[in-house]
Amino acid sequence: MAEESVKLLGYWGSPFALRVKWALKLKGIQYHYVEEDLPNKSPMLLQYNPVYKKIPVLVHDDKPLAESLVILEYIDEEWKQNPLLPIDPYERAKARFWAKFADDKCVPPVMAAFSKKGEEQERAAKEARENLKTLESGLEGKRFFGGETIGFVDIAAGWIGCWARMTGEIIGINLIDAETMPLLDAWFQDFLEVPFIKECMPPQDKLLEHNKEFHKILTAAST
Amino acid sequence: MAKNDVKLLGVWASPFVMRARISLNIKSVNYEFLEETVGSKSELLLQSNPVHKKVPVLIHGDKPICESLVIVQYIDEVWTSGPSILSTDHYDRAIQRFWAAYLDDKWFPAMRRIRGAQGEERQELVDQVVEGLALLEEAFGKYSKGKAFFGGDQIGFIDIAFGSLLGWLRVTEKLGEVKLLDEAKTPGLVKWAESFCADTAVKSVMPETEKLIEFSKLLMAKMKGAPPPKN
Repeated sequence: MAEESVKLLGYWGSPFALRVKWALKLKGIQYHYVEEDLPNKSPMLLQYNPVYKKIPVLVHDDKPLAESLVILEYIDEEWKQNPLLPIDPYERAKARFWAKFADDKCVPPVMAAFSKKGEEQERAAKEARENLKTLESGLEGKRFFGGETIGFVDIAAGWIGCWARMTGEIIGINLIDAETMPLLDAWFQDFLEVPFIKECMPPQDKLLEHNKEFHKILTAAST
Repeated sequence: MAKNDVKLLGVWASPFVMRARISLNIKSVNYEFLEETVGSKSELLLQSNPVHKKVPVLIHGDKPICESLVIVQYIDEVWTSGPSILSTDHYDRAIQRFWAAYLDDKWFPAMRRIRGAQGEERQELVDQVVEGLALLEEAFGKYSKGKAFFGGDQIGFIDIAFGSLLGWLRVTEKLGEVKLLDEAKTPGLVKWAESFCADTAVKSVMPETEKLIEFSKLLMAKMKGAPPPKN
């Protein structure tokens, strides 16, 4: 597969672009990566994603796709090796359910805990912890959501562990409690140790600095 | 498949429940519709959707499936002898999923909030919804290729995701006294809406706008602005 036929527009610090990098890496797909300067979005990005004007955008044979979970399913259907979604329709439904749950119910309160202050922040942190606990039930006692190996939900939600920990460090509130959510905690750790996952992660110190700066900006704005 | 092997927990007014019903109709699947009482949740609902405690829930054998778009895809994948709901082409499927997600993540949440909003906020929401309809009009032109539906000759994934929201769109227009779907601006969508509502898979499960209006008034009175219990 020629590198030029697959292009990914992303941002080094974005967990959503990271999901796509992981999927492409897992499947061994060569691609051309374009780093977007988010304050100055390229005309190419605006042309490829006029609805949201956001990264990530995957372009395959000049056909653009936006929205990371949509991109993940496309990658999984287009390239069959190392499948992300299971074959059984019920198991697939469960995987889609939990990926959506992570995006709709875990990510927003983690982001809110990160960007708000005072009571709002406390409420968001509580909601984040509760919903992460619920996410744990989706593991069904398995090592990964995909079973013994990484699957769709792992790629979709695994980054939350790293970001939630970093958020906890920055705001001084623990979001992932090893005591109340031991399986989730173990899953996050196991996930981040998987070689291809680790390889694609942005440098942690750079990411921490970046997120600290971002936190300053957000909390100044929410005053 | 015996009728009671497939159950659907729902409420008549829910657009999300409608998506599941339309899909089951397209595939000619016999199912038992279990109507939840608005304001209370049955044991079965709480057991089969402990995470969200919301309708719709499809129960196939003893397996519960939740979240309307997840349910529609499940139906499409299990009942393969009926017409396809999603395209067989990978890219087209991705585009269909994109627009369904757009409707649920951006367009419908903005539309729902119009009635409870005032002043500048209300105008912003109306603008967002109208802009969204312009985008959907463009998408319709592109994907229908001159046929009646986003899915072409037959109802597909985007049709189901969007068409199920038409009832509440009309309620918002009527009670919110605002024109959203405008023949002058989005003629394609206006015609599409007619075709959608007339389709055999849709007709029997599309609630009458008048009934929805009454229901909406009741809800607003009871809950004073809190969102109705559906997803």
